[in-house]
Amino acid sequence: MRDPLSERVKEIKPSGIRKFFDIVSEMPDAISLGVGEPDFETPWHIREEGIYSLEKARTHYTSNAGLKELKQEVAAYLHRRFHLNYHAQKEVLVTVGGSEAIDIAMRAMLNPGDEVLIPQPSYVAYLPCTTLTGGVPVPIELQEKNQFKLTAEELLAAITPKTKVLILPFPNTPTGSIMDREDLEKIAKVIIDHDLWVVSDEIYSELTYSGNHVSIAAIPGMAERTLVINGFSKSYAMTGWRLGYVAGPERVISQMTKIHQYCIMCAPTTSQYAAVEALRNGDEDVAHMKEVYNQRRRYLMYAMKEIGLECFEPFGAFYIFPNISRFGMTSDEFANLLLQKEQVAVVPGTAFGDCGEGFVRISYAYSLDTLKRAMERIGRFVKWLDAGRPEE
Amino acid sequence: MRNEILKMLEKNSRIELKDMAIMLDMDEVALANEIAQMEKEHIICGYHTLINWDNTTEEKVTALIEVKVTPQRGMGFDKIAERIYMFNEVNAVYLMSGGYDFTVILEGKTMKDVASFVTNKLSALESVLSTATHFVLKKYKDHGTVLEEESVDERELFMI
Repeated sequence: MRDPLSERVKEIKPSGIRKFFDIVSEMPDAISLGVGEPDFETPWHIREEGIYSLEKARTHYTSNAGLKELKQEVAAYLHRRFHLNYHAQKEVLVTVGGSEAIDIAMRAMLNPGDEVLIPQPSYVAYLPCTTLTGGVPVPIELQEKNQFKLTAEELLAAITPKTKVLILPFPNTPTGSIMDREDLEKIAKVIIDHDLWVVSDEIYSELTYSGNHVSIAAIPGMAERTLVINGFSKSYAMTGWRLGYVAGPERVISQMTKIHQYCIMCAPTTSQYAAVEALRNGDEDVAHMKEVYNQRRRYLMYAMKEIGLECFEPFGAFYIFPNISRFGMTSDEFANLLLQKEQVAVVPGTAFGDCGEGFVRISYAYSLDTLKRAMERIGRFVKWLDAGRPEE
Repeated sequence: MRNEILKMLEKNSRIELKDMAIMLDMDEVALANEIAQMEKEHIICGYHTLINWDNTTEEKVTALIEVKVTPQRGMGFDKIAERIYMFNEVNAVYLMSGGYDFTVILEGKTMKDVASFVTNKLSALESVLSTATHFVLKKYKDHGTVLEEESVDERELFMI
């Protein structure tokens, strides 16, 4: 029989951690610190607005690019929080999660052979989304000694005549690293000098713990060459609603809207009504969740020190990324052994790029109670490793 | 900082001082002093436990009583409130705006206990004009906590 599959699809590696998670879900006593979504539920007033929209029988499509009032709220929000100026009806597109925005941004921008710079470790979708369009992903390996920030030198070294787009994934999963204004200004200069475009994935923008998030689009000269991707999943604990958005120059957004309308039609209507409420009245919820995350973050940093795991202090998202290289194991081996020995699941750093080797990701989207129990177990595990893994 | 301390204690007064200091990025001794100071200033007025008595064998009834009073010369609302809250059975007393003056929350072993308190003690006060007693049938949520709720982590393991 004829092979039904496309060569490009076959090229994409399946996510390696799927198998690992299958094992975890079979272990009832396992504590998982692997989940990359908020443990909070969507605030009730937002859920209630979704329910109300159903009661009012708002069960139809919205316009392709999204509800007019939602786009207005998005533009107002981006201005209020990050000093960005977008035309609500021409420069904003409401998508099914930030993930759709990443996909259609790549499809709208890339010609076969165009190179996309992808700082790693980072979110797992940038690479396949690039490959699927015929683009060429070029990973940039971020360094722990730079707090996993992207430096202008690293960027310069990766640029070739074929480079077209830089993906900027900050605040970052899995490292928790952030880029402040000064860091971004250096990047912006290189971008402008080389006439590149930036896809800035700012989905964790509300979760920064050392001052307000700065968008690269706020740096002079950058808005006209940047797509800002954001959404409701992390900031408002709305992962299951599948709602995000992208803002950028009209000539790109209009083309992305074309793809969006052919493959998605429009983002879910109920979610869009709920999102309007989130942007109008959700600031306090965001502040509260951020405060709780920050408390857990401080607790974990303290616990890492106590346990004796080296870990740079991250100021964004809800992850820490401890360095486990001193045990002479791969991230995979470490994670598997930890699961086997103490029933704690953490994600191997290599799930987010080869340069994640030597690290594991720990999520703190878990209650303090869970974190404390897990840290006790990890502490015991590290002691056991340090003692030369004695048989019991 | 005080507000952060209070918010944390209000949710969980049994939290360990050390954990609290780490999470608030404070020195442990400074934190202990701050809490002691707030106790002194009657900002922190106690560390009670939220109990769902319905799930115990203990018989208890709670009543909410609307009380109308006439303040008399030399005896404003505060003084009348004191006459009410001094009784041990009284759990809470609030001065209200609107249709009546005080909300009194009362706990007794039986409805008879409550009835006897209202007729013999409360209504007998000179300033009290009238009372309306409402018995609580079931408590769903108290002090910001849903009493019956059990929280289960239903998140599925996911590849990001």
